[in-house]
Amino acid sequence: MSFLNLENVTKIYPNGTKAVNETSLSISEGELMVFVGPSGCGKSTLLRMIAGLEDITDGEIKLDNRVINKVDPSERDVAMVFQNYALYPHMNVFKNLSYGLKNKGESKEEIEKKVNEVAELLEIKEFLQRKPGQLSGGQRQRVAMGRAIVRNPKAFLFDEPLSNLDAKLRGQVRIEIKKLQKQMGVTSVFVTHDQVEAMTLGDRLAVINEGVIEQVGSPIEVYENPATYFVAEFIGTPQMNFVNGEIKSNQFVSKGFSCPLTSNMSDQEVIFGIRPENLKVNPNGNITIKVDLIEKLGADSIIYGYDKSNNYICYRENGNTKIQSGEEITLEIEEGIYHLFDKETKKRLN
Amino acid sequence: MNSRVLQFSAHFILIIGVLIMVVPIWIAFASSTHDNVTVITEGMKWGIGDKFFENYNEVLNRKGGFSQEITATSMFINSFIMAFGIATVKVIISAMSAYAIVYFRFRLATPIFWLIFITLLVPLEVRILPSYQIVSDLNLTNSYTGLVLPLVASATATFFFRQFYMSVPDELLEAAKLDGANSWKFFVDFLLPLSKTMIAAMFIFMFVYGYSQYLWPLIMTTDEKYWTVVMGMKIIFQESYEGGNLPRVAERFSYIILSMIPPVLVVVFLQRWFIKGLIQTEK
Repeated sequence: MSFLNLENVTKIYPNGTKAVNETSLSISEGELMVFVGPSGCGKSTLLRMIAGLEDITDGEIKLDNRVINKVDPSERDVAMVFQNYALYPHMNVFKNLSYGLKNKGESKEEIEKKVNEVAELLEIKEFLQRKPGQLSGGQRQRVAMGRAIVRNPKAFLFDEPLSNLDAKLRGQVRIEIKKLQKQMGVTSVFVTHDQVEAMTLGDRLAVINEGVIEQVGSPIEVYENPATYFVAEFIGTPQMNFVNGEIKSNQFVSKGFSCPLTSNMSDQEVIFGIRPENLKVNPNGNITIKVDLIEKLGADSIIYGYDKSNNYICYRENGNTKIQSGEEITLEIEEGIYHLFDKETKKRLN
Repeated sequence: MNSRVLQFSAHFILIIGVLIMVVPIWIAFASSTHDNVTVITEGMKWGIGDKFFENYNEVLNRKGGFSQEITATSMFINSFIMAFGIATVKVIISAMSAYAIVYFRFRLATPIFWLIFITLLVPLEVRILPSYQIVSDLNLTNSYTGLVLPLVASATATFFFRQFYMSVPDELLEAAKLDGANSWKFFVDFLLPLSKTMIAAMFIFMFVYGYSQYLWPLIMTTDEKYWTVVMGMKIIFQESYEGGNLPRVAERFSYIILSMIPPVLVVVFLQRWFIKGLIQTEK
């Protein structure tokens, strides 16, 4: 069942910039949808349109079967967690949490009860009388979450809420958010440019580029079957390898190497994509590269090198590799695991 | 060793500065506690005399002026009303106009701001005739409204508030919007509390500005009932020389000391906010 529904939503700024272009998307109840894309792709604009902080130029946004295009942000029944938390610096944590409820005209006892419940849930009870300036980054993050939760909204909107935290804390908070969201079952939209966050958090991802949703799907779907060249390029580190070439009698041929295809394809010019982990060393393999650079990450090693026609190829191997820089190695492409994109439309072919 | 020399010279310079500030006030105060005759014959005094209560009582309560009806106390009350009125209304109007300029994206907001800013180039002294004309046409001469109203628009304060509001992050406004704050609530619940140190600073400046006004009350008031302390200073000076009596020099000093008290009190009380704002970074 669609709960939060975007229909041909478009945003054009007064200066003519098209930030979001006829985007349609439906998010079901309780789902955590992640908008991921490079900076400036329109993902935040889209989120802010749902929140009511940006006008909608065209299209329709429905939340729980109610069109909210023209509804005041405070009456949309959504709560937002901001990138820099946007806590109210002059109010203590209790007032930060209760301000929205107070404006709704709820009774003092009711407010106190709700705030205490949320404070308990987030373990921020001992900070209720402190001001945001006296809290650490992680605690502020919780207060920001609490401010969203206490209003008991129909949807949570997260605008890159983890980007201000250090790496270790980010991992912890990410898990906390995921748990909380599942526990409460509130429909959520999470905006990020970090693909690890996107992959780990999302029930589904929407990969956005230049104001257009390129693909919507579960993280694994998006990873294994990127719908466009952009998605393939954006999702996955190290990046997918791309080689220009053409299909000739069901075989991919480039200047550097060739590879038989497992499905029937007509002859045409294509971009051939292969993920670094889908390669393995095999003396009888397809691609021979001269190793240029090795990154040892402990758990795996990333090996970069040039093939015969100077394509930069990246290969991932488990553990501490014995391969040396300057060596020539031959790599085999795992059977059937490759991605073909049309050279013109950049759409997936196989 | 080096740091001790540095510390010593820094303190030395500071102590000299303090002396330059304090000594004249001390001499004025010490002289104000002596007999008029003593001060005239022996010059200004360093030590405290025995006429403190007599002199101050005389200054505060002796009726003077043409009508022999007003006292220094009434002038103090007038000055306080004028300075307090100017400072309060100035702060309110400036905060609100800056709010309008920064947060409401109406057309010509920026030109309007610069128009307000340009009025800095036209101080009261330059526009005193038209200002007087307006106030007189409105029948506001000899009234507190007339004393306060023409001085309440402030480009300086508007400018400072504008700069402060522009530094408030947009997310704060957005979060407040989601929490159901309308524009009035955002102003009262957010901008005012956030800018309270700013308000205190502006209030101090504007209070002192209003308190030390001379030309405007002089032109505005013909009724002695509305005379202010600064005007009184001239009057007490005249009176003390004219009429062939012995100049009441010591009382003059008493008056000067008294006239300094209200602005000093304002600074002393609001200073706490000032310092709070300096050491507590709330952002």
